[in-house]
Amino acid sequence: MFLSPFATEAVMTIEAAMTPEAPVIAPALEMRGITKRYPGVVANDHIDVEVRPGEIHALLGENGAGKTTLMNILYGLARPDEGVILLDGRETTIAGPSDAIARGINMVHQHFMLVPVFTVAENILLGEETMAGPIFLDRKEAHRRIVELGKRFGFEIDPEAKVGSLSVGWQQRVEILKALYRDARILVLDEPTAVLTPQETQEIFAVLRRLAQEGHSIVFISHKLYEVLDIADRITVIRRGKVVGQRLPSETDEDDLAALMVGRNVQLTVDRGDSKPADVALEVRGLEVKDDRGSVVVQGVDLDVRSGEILGIAGVAGNGQDELVEAIVGLRRPSGGRITLRGQDVTRASPRAVNEAGVAYVPADRHRFGLVLSFPLADNLVLTDYYRRPYARGVLRNDQAIEASAQERIREYDVRTPSATVRASTLSGGNQQKLVVAREFARDLALLVLDQPTRGLDVGSIEFIHRQTIAKRDAGTAVLLVSAELDEVLELSDRIAVMYRGRIVAIRDGRTADKNEIGLLMATGGQARAAAPVAETGPAA
Amino acid sequence: MWSIVALPLISILLALVVGAFVIVASQLVLPGAQLDLLLPVTAYSALLQGAFGNFDAIVGTLASTAPLVLGGLSVGLAFKAGLFNIGARGQFLLGALGAVAAGITLAGSPSIVAIPLALLAGFLGGAAWGFIPGLLKAVAGAHEVVVTIMLNYIADGVITAVVGGPLRQQGRSEAITPDVGNAALPIIIGSTGHAGILLAIIAVVVIGWLLFRTTLGFEIRTVGANPDAARYAGMRPRVVTILTMSLAGGLAGLAGAVVILGVNHLMTPSFGTTAGFDSIAVALLGRTNPLGIVAAALLFGALRSGATLMEILARIPKELIDVLQATILLFLVANPVLQRLFRLRGVKSGLDTTETLTKTYSGEAVVQ
Amino acid sequence: MDALINALYSIPLVGLVFQLGGYIIAVGPNVAPGILQAATPVALAALCGVMCERAGVVNIGIEGIMLTSAFVGWYAGVLLAPVLGTADLGPFGANPALVVALVIALVSGVLISWLHAWLSISVRADQIISGTIINIVAVGLTGYLNNLISKASPNGAGAFTQFKPPHELTDLPVVGWLLGMFLSQGPIAMSVIVIVVIFQVLLFRSRWGLRSRAVGEHPRAAETVGIDVIRVRYRNVLIGGVFAALGGAYLSMEATNSFQQEMTTGRGFVGLAAMIVGRWSPVGAFGAALLFYSSTALGNSIKFARPSGDLGTILVGLPAQLYDALPYLLTIIILAGVVGRSIPPAADGQPYEREATA
Repeated sequence: MFLSPFATEAVMTIEAAMTPEAPVIAPALEMRGITKRYPGVVANDHIDVEVRPGEIHALLGENGAGKTTLMNILYGLARPDEGVILLDGRETTIAGPSDAIARGINMVHQHFMLVPVFTVAENILLGEETMAGPIFLDRKEAHRRIVELGKRFGFEIDPEAKVGSLSVGWQQRVEILKALYRDARILVLDEPTAVLTPQETQEIFAVLRRLAQEGHSIVFISHKLYEVLDIADRITVIRRGKVVGQRLPSETDEDDLAALMVGRNVQLTVDRGDSKPADVALEVRGLEVKDDRGSVVVQGVDLDVRSGEILGIAGVAGNGQDELVEAIVGLRRPSGGRITLRGQDVTRASPRAVNEAGVAYVPADRHRFGLVLSFPLADNLVLTDYYRRPYARGVLRNDQAIEASAQERIREYDVRTPSATVRASTLSGGNQQKLVVAREFARDLALLVLDQPTRGLDVGSIEFIHRQTIAKRDAGTAVLLVSAELDEVLELSDRIAVMYRGRIVAIRDGRTADKNEIGLLMATGGQARAAAPVAETGPAA
Repeated sequence: MWSIVALPLISILLALVVGAFVIVASQLVLPGAQLDLLLPVTAYSALLQGAFGNFDAIVGTLASTAPLVLGGLSVGLAFKAGLFNIGARGQFLLGALGAVAAGITLAGSPSIVAIPLALLAGFLGGAAWGFIPGLLKAVAGAHEVVVTIMLNYIADGVITAVVGGPLRQQGRSEAITPDVGNAALPIIIGSTGHAGILLAIIAVVVIGWLLFRTTLGFEIRTVGANPDAARYAGMRPRVVTILTMSLAGGLAGLAGAVVILGVNHLMTPSFGTTAGFDSIAVALLGRTNPLGIVAAALLFGALRSGATLMEILARIPKELIDVLQATILLFLVANPVLQRLFRLRGVKSGLDTTETLTKTYSGEAVVQ
Repeated sequence: MDALINALYSIPLVGLVFQLGGYIIAVGPNVAPGILQAATPVALAALCGVMCERAGVVNIGIEGIMLTSAFVGWYAGVLLAPVLGTADLGPFGANPALVVALVIALVSGVLISWLHAWLSISVRADQIISGTIINIVAVGLTGYLNNLISKASPNGAGAFTQFKPPHELTDLPVVGWLLGMFLSQGPIAMSVIVIVVIFQVLLFRSRWGLRSRAVGEHPRAAETVGIDVIRVRYRNVLIGGVFAALGGAYLSMEATNSFQQEMTTGRGFVGLAAMIVGRWSPVGAFGAALLFYSSTALGNSIKFARPSGDLGTILVGLPAQLYDALPYLLTIIILAGVVGRSIPPAADGQPYEREATA
């Protein structure tokens, strides 16, 4: 059964009896005393949550607080050690996602659960196939239903488009369509706005409000305070696996929620002080870069980053930022243009040459690029200069020097670890990132390149890394910051460049930049037109 | 210490049990065979006697251990760089061919010249056969597993063609090469203990030093553990891949050279070897660590060396060793199950250096 | 016309190519059935590879599965022949012992695949090492047993024979030789074509195919829509085992009527290369296998029908081992040339862990 947002009165059926005002009706979902232990950590500690029919209920908590674990339990992806789940007042066991789906629970995961090489239709059908006979798929019928469903919620979607070619905003919509195709009664969204522009966020919020009006219950997981205040009917705050409070948006504010979420009064933004920009350290002219498939994804980019300033690049993920950064640090060869570092041409320099010219780089994916997880911390701390004195003498390693420098940097950068000989894989995400920072920041630099430096970290680590970044800037280093979190770019940058489809479409002053204007630039590149319904699809299928 | 040897030891013991089961069960499958429940005991004691029964047997075991150490180092070194060298067999054959070709040529020269040059030829023959998959992996992304196996089969053809052609001894009715003469390795212990044993020990020290004391070794290990991070760190994964594969091929080639110059002294077209799978088993059982490889090579050297007596006394085909070998590996790889079964805590399988093997399967060319 | 051909043939070097082309066209219809026969075990290995890898499991143990089934099928025939008899049942030279032995061979292939599935899916061992173990087990066990058994030089249950299509069909112009290629075959070789077609259609149009591909591309996404990733992977690896077993049985029950030590000689691995060249599609893999073995068939044909002129002198002068090694050489060359552009399923070879750990 699919509910039309434009005919809500007409279809107030079962849910009509379950409006929040009806006092005797049981909550749509209740989780009682949920406990989940992993080796060395209690991810959920007797958590109680209750979601009413037609309610948008926010779960607020830091990264690692246990929100995702809780929802994985609800969705049958993890099994609780203790506790019960009640649906409409009846106790239920959910052994796997198919159980959850059968009971009307659907989830939109933080990392999209879409197969990039599949079409929109294939992704939506998967697991809930529309069949023609016992063996074959009925693609025609499926297409008809998907198009119809999309129209009801106000978006036109091409069922034959390859999902990998859609923008993240549209992939998000496919995820929601997937849930609606399965007739979701309870919809869980895990950090759904992490990769969206403010405008896309508002569009998704509108869809969510419509769904709630029709009686769907929505669990909204986030760590962004203002979003939670904007969308939620009720807010449950989780810290270190425990419920620490429940609030109504009308009774609370950001400071209150932040204190609850982190457990102490936090300064939400680091005071960055004034910058004192000096000479141009990094000069990029007419840069053109191709991606792995050979299409041009960075086009005619001109950039200047001065010593002693932070230039932030804002943009929706996948608009060429990764390739731009890779070209600057030497990991990707540009197909055109010029990169100069303090007057020295480094356009075609190797990663090592760029590193030796005084460039440090904190990569977005610390597991893939930044660290060798199976190596001890000490080896990771010399990953880029293991071959130089004092860490090497000729062809031989100097283990004493490596160990001594490791001790020093671990202390200086507050990496919490029993020793320098444990494997990097044993550290928490925050400490792993501090390890990367300890390696990259600990020398005199001409340029510091930061790509998503705080993604997935806890508030303490974020604060630490932001402070270190500003300290580096104040010491006269040029800093290039790329982040999909617009908030982070706004908070740290002295100047903000907006990247859209491989081009820099605007540069704004960091102090006076308007968040909505930047968001609009990120979404449209500055042309006053709505984003294409199925963006940059190209020849799909 | 226990945490390191527990799993290999349990695996070996369980494999012996499985082997005994196979020996008994195979009597049931055979038509007309009498059931002898004690046959496994007979077989294993003959095996033991053949491997360690007297001084000559022990020396024989050492002699068959030497090429396994070299082969194990070959596969183990490649593992460290995230490469699976199933081509030790082909590299071994090409190394043997190089050694015999050089040995024949230098048969009349003084040993002090002939032996090093023949060994070098063996090393280069194997290195060439390792360079090809290294290059193809680095440049074109052809997975080394498929390429090295194809090269194994091609090596068979090369041996047959060359021994039956250019290297064939004139005036003999069967295809066979002349003797390597002065290029033969001297006997240093007993009647069969050739100098290859010494060479294997030297190789262990050199490879251990290379891997853990030098910056190149650090690069090899980094490329093996995380090729993306290696590139990020300014290393050159392509160069490291080609170099490591060539070096691994050279080590396996050296193993072939040792067998030719130390044992056979000449070559026939049917010259074959079990060194390929043996080397893989040695490297895995030895946890890709040079010292572990020595211990594992001793085990398989003893098994191979004792198998002949087992075949004579108990009429058990020597292929039983292959069965034992596979079973040992099976238990090693199924270590999570063993750990639960034997309540081993904190015991390490040591196989995690091989994590990247399958990841790079049929993938892109080595990033550069 | 003849004058033109002779003129083309006499151009240095380029002429050789023309001569080769002319020779292939001339002998093509005669060697075509041979190509399919040589390619059959490799094609089946490749189909096993497609079946496993589309669901995300790398299987380099195909060689070992084939070897085991080749042995089991042959030896089951030896044991069953006196019991069930070898009376001719009619088509394809089938007899009761042979048919039951084939079934047993297929079951043995499924059992060995189960070991690989268990190691790589349940134990989450490295899949390449697991496959290698399968190969060592197969070589060891079949070698060991064959060594024991062959001392008595037993008689097997015979082999399947080729169908003889009527002349009216094979003499048809243009399509005649194609019909001959596909119909002058034994039951296993003929079944390959049927399997390829059905597999191709199901993989891209059925629910099973959609789910298999999803599991190979993005297993967690499949899991979140209620698909049992572990089960899909097990199922595909076991079905793949049937294909590989069929390829093994072909060697000892259709191409010959006996078992030889390590008689698969790398066909399982060549099959993997065919799979890659065929871009993980059944039809593509089959085509690649045919391509690989055209060279062998040509090599064989040269022994019987020597080409005329310079070409004949050159081809006959080459060492015989070269023709045997040609499929291996071709595999390497094509692998090196093609693999960069051939994209495997995204989750190929990655063990799947059911419960997220954080």
